[in-house]
Amino acid sequence: MLLQQIVNGLSIGSIYALMAVGYSLIYSLMNFTNFAHGVVVTLGAYFGFYSLTLLSPSIALAFIIALVLGGIVSSIIELTTYRPLLQKNSKRSYLVIAGLGIQIIVENLIIILLGGRFKTYPSGLFNTESIYFFGSHIGVIDLYILLISILLLISVELYINCTRNGLAIRSAAYSTDVTSIMGVDVDKLMIKVFLIAGMLAGIAGYFLGIKYTAYPQLSALTNKAFISAVLGGLGSLTGSVVGAIILGLLETFVSGYISSSLRDIFSFGLLVLVLLFRPTGIMGKSLDDKA
Amino acid sequence: MNEYFIGVIALTGIQLIAMLGVSLLTGFTGLYSFGHAGFMAIGGYTSALVVKYLHIPIFCSVATGVLVATLVGIAIGYPALRLKGDYFLIATLGFGEAVRQIIEYAQNLTGGAKGLPDVAKAFELPTIILIDILVIIILVNFLRSTHGRNCIAIREEETAAQAMGIDITRYKTISLAISCALTGLSGAMMAHFMQYLHPSMFGMMVSDMLIITVILGGLGSITGTILATCILVPLPELLRIENIQSWRMVAYGVIILLILQFKPSGLYGYKELTFKQIKKYIANLKTRLNRRGKSFD
Repeated sequence: MLLQQIVNGLSIGSIYALMAVGYSLIYSLMNFTNFAHGVVVTLGAYFGFYSLTLLSPSIALAFIIALVLGGIVSSIIELTTYRPLLQKNSKRSYLVIAGLGIQIIVENLIIILLGGRFKTYPSGLFNTESIYFFGSHIGVIDLYILLISILLLISVELYINCTRNGLAIRSAAYSTDVTSIMGVDVDKLMIKVFLIAGMLAGIAGYFLGIKYTAYPQLSALTNKAFISAVLGGLGSLTGSVVGAIILGLLETFVSGYISSSLRDIFSFGLLVLVLLFRPTGIMGKSLDDKA
Repeated sequence: MNEYFIGVIALTGIQLIAMLGVSLLTGFTGLYSFGHAGFMAIGGYTSALVVKYLHIPIFCSVATGVLVATLVGIAIGYPALRLKGDYFLIATLGFGEAVRQIIEYAQNLTGGAKGLPDVAKAFELPTIILIDILVIIILVNFLRSTHGRNCIAIREEETAAQAMGIDITRYKTISLAISCALTGLSGAMMAHFMQYLHPSMFGMMVSDMLIITVILGGLGSITGTILATCILVPLPELLRIENIQSWRMVAYGVIILLILQFKPSGLYGYKELTFKQIKKYIANLKTRLNRRGKSFD
């Protein structure tokens, strides 16, 4: 029972981590909460659903479609919405409102065009078996989700730490102005960051679709990504992963041992406690430091 | 006027109070909250339950609802407002959802997802309009006072305001407290007017609507907020098309993006519409028309 809860918690935590890393990446670079992030998550779930039902029942194809289209949608949002505002030197809060606008538009367009109902992924495609391991049943799907998320997170970490682009991203997180003086095209860099964040968000949406269903308000789950990011230290990538895993585990324990309807209340309570006692989060050093 | 239209006007009046509260917080202090429907819910449920179980006059119960909403607002603001960055935003976002879930969880008390029927009836249209006017007068006076000007200074430039000796956290908390009180009042009046409460009445979309209306009306403008509320709240009631709620939200989203691109201060941002201005405008129009008339001669 305990082991089962742990694997379950790790798998949901790793989905939160996929969302939180994209969110943190953008926050560390541009210092604003990307509200349109949830849109990409929702669309990722729908891309996966329509790929499986309309295109082909291949799980891998749906994965790639959610990944690629997620990245594309995210870059389009950056190009069409945030870019013009940034060029005008708009206030940071306007970017947040613009993100909210995008979220409202997409959520309601989905309701109008595709219907507000839950879209359940076709059954039979996914391995619903569970492995019997030390007296507990562990879902194979959960293991796959956990494994693929870890691989994705490691590759992002390698990209940030070991490539030229990654170096540019790290330095831009320190200061975009200085980085641009050093000869880095910050505009191109932002597109890349939004692309990465979007790909991760698309995959997170696809996984959420597999675990639950696809529905228009799925983007509300990005709240958990925000909370994870604060828990781990706002703007820190490693922190957001750690925060997401901890949040996933704690939530699963709360819903497993106490009550599932207390889960979201618990996450909010945790957020308030973090803000009260350690606003820098687990990994954050100082409120002024980023990345 | 039939009963239906009176109902729509009354609801608009009740919503206006919440809008004014958010306007103070967002438009005048520069704080963005995405969970203010939560304070409406607290005000509404507290007032309804206090009347139901303690049988005190509705006036006292509404006051209790306002008080509880204010205290909860201060409790949220205490950890979140001391920090720079988007902490307040994330906290309010989580708060709005958490309140709804707590209401659904505490089924025995609040009726949970089934809703709370038979709330005591109160508030007729004249009372609502009277309260609206009172709230507007108090708010305008607050904004003209030192405290109100301090809030505006914080919106304009936090660091400069701090350098001038304004206690930023204190004034942010005051602004939040007043806005929570007004939203709580609106929620309580809604409860007694509708005589029914349901968690979905205070969902994420209501929070979105509150902030969208304020932005569309214009940040930092009381008259802008009033105008936007009087137009945007009754509109979907009058237009009855299929999926109207969703189309309306899509339209608002598009308008918001356009406004941010082309006129970021909102429709009537940072200005108030006064009778003097209207007179001036008409006088201008007259002279312009006269001139044009002359040039034709």
